[in-house]
Amino acid sequence: MTALELTAATKQHPGSPPVTALRSVTLTIGEGEFVALVGPSGSGKTTLLAIAGTLERPSSGHVRIAGRPVGHLPDRELAAVRAYRIGFVFQQFFLVPTLSARDNVASGLLYRGMPAAQRRRAAADALAAVGLSHRAGHRPGELSGGEQQRTAIARALAGRPAVILADEPTGSLDTATGREILALLTALNAAGSTIVVATHDSEIADALPRIVRLRDGGIESDSGSTR
Amino acid sequence: MSIGIRPGQRRRQQTGHRSRLRPADTWALAVLGVAGRPVRALLSALGISLGVATLVAVLGISGSSRAQLIARIDALGTNMLTVTPGQSLTGGQAVLPRTAPVMVRRIAPVQSAAAIGQVDANVYRNDRIPAVNTDAITVYSAQTSLLHTLQGHLARGRFLNPATARLPAVVLGASAAAALGVDRADGTIQVWLGNHWFAVVGIMAPVPLAPELDRAALVGFPVARRLLGAYGSPVEIYVRTNPVSVAAVTGVLAATVDPPAPQNVTISNPADALTARADASVAFQSLFLGLGAIALLIGGIGIANVMVISVLERRGEIGLRRALGATRPHIAVQFIAESTLLALAGGAGGAILGGFATAVYATARHWHTVVSAPTLAAALAVAVAVGAVAGVYPALRAARLSPAEALRTV
Repeated sequence: MTALELTAATKQHPGSPPVTALRSVTLTIGEGEFVALVGPSGSGKTTLLAIAGTLERPSSGHVRIAGRPVGHLPDRELAAVRAYRIGFVFQQFFLVPTLSARDNVASGLLYRGMPAAQRRRAAADALAAVGLSHRAGHRPGELSGGEQQRTAIARALAGRPAVILADEPTGSLDTATGREILALLTALNAAGSTIVVATHDSEIADALPRIVRLRDGGIESDSGSTR
Repeated sequence: MSIGIRPGQRRRQQTGHRSRLRPADTWALAVLGVAGRPVRALLSALGISLGVATLVAVLGISGSSRAQLIARIDALGTNMLTVTPGQSLTGGQAVLPRTAPVMVRRIAPVQSAAAIGQVDANVYRNDRIPAVNTDAITVYSAQTSLLHTLQGHLARGRFLNPATARLPAVVLGASAAAALGVDRADGTIQVWLGNHWFAVVGIMAPVPLAPELDRAALVGFPVARRLLGAYGSPVEIYVRTNPVSVAAVTGVLAATVDPPAPQNVTISNPADALTARADASVAFQSLFLGLGAIALLIGGIGIANVMVISVLERRGEIGLRRALGATRPHIAVQFIAESTLLALAGGAGGAILGGFATAVYATARHWHTVVSAPTLAAALAVAVAVGAVAGVYPALRAARLSPAEALRTV
């Protein structure tokens, strides 16, 4: 079963001249894969993740998530796809500074209309999965950068999405902490999560089972599906 | 409950899930957004606070003043009627029959009645004062039962009695005594009244139900006839009735006073007139209410301003929430809830402030503080409405942001 499927996905930003951020990308990611998207800045990694995560619609081409086409869906249903099927991790952690780690993680389930108690239970599980149970009551300001990113990963993980899309998750961390995050993602992948990581750090990319290289909005090379 | 499945429902069933934000969570988000920037929240809610405080204080102070006035009028009694001559059929001033007071007293529910009569004389402090300096004081002849009928009080001395009513003795109204500079009423001070010296035997306290007597000099009917040549018919009759029979007495009074020409008689209830004036006095508050409304409006604009800035600053948060599954309406509702909450907090603060101001003002004047619940509710409702409207534009801007762009520009 495929977790994510892009067919001839192209993204053009209007302007004069129009900027093509992504040109005819066809990419299939199977369930349980761990994929690195590598390439220099401006190569289209972020755009590819945004289109794969339904944050943006492709100018042309098709996107399927867990086998289901999403191109024609209205905003309301795309939001539902994001709420249930996709977990995002960003370079900036986007944690709410006044909330505890547990409540930040629980906010990942906010738009499922789940009761707060249930959200908190799921958040506790997700925090345990990233090894942060002992920091659940701390606010982001009291956590190290690595711990903050682990909290953000737990937030993406809490809803057990079909795929986790991580855009430069180690970008604002030092090398050692970046390796820790990579190890955590590897462990989560081993436990069954499908993960796509966009990074410009080839050292990180080289450690992953599948590497997709992007250049100028197109796929330069793909080490091939591991499933 | 509908059994058929609409197309939209079928599609949703395929998806199995939809994006949903519980109302309680919406308000929790709003609290989070407002509490996360406390100083900004305080400053942006200040305008609304001042507006609501102004409205509540203006309405509260005028309400307290009115309640005080009504209480005073009620204490004076609403069962007093006055009878005055109206216009005769031929258009001239009508004249009340001299028998009128006696006739009125025969109406069963009438407890007492007293007349004052016209006297063509002026009163001066002494005989050296030029005749034009009347100080606008009117001289009336008065029946000895007048004070009792008015339930009036004397500031000094005594009222006219059957003995002093025959003698050159005068009772002055409160303003008249002040104008003449008379502050003693032991009979040692004399005033020059109609070319005779009259001894001041009493000074009345102000009479709210008959303010025309405050600037009057009252002499007895017998002495008015003997020394001042006033055979005058009554110019006004004060009638005190059984409180439950005011309407009934009002109905028969005109015909009793002047049986052949009841249309020449005017009946009025001074308490009603005072109450009406108390109600009307609220009208001058409209200026302050207008100021309060303007403060509210400016407060609303301030909130809108702050929210627009907030939307720009929180693009990252907006992008994240969209990534977590928020729909555009969810984002819009969050920002409208925030501005509504700001306005509600400002309104509540303003209501407390306004209530406090009313209490201070009323206490200083020894009034009862009257801040009505409907006033508070209305002020809060207006504040909330202003906040909600102020939030619409920023909320639409927030909702319109493309999530990818919002995340990219952080």
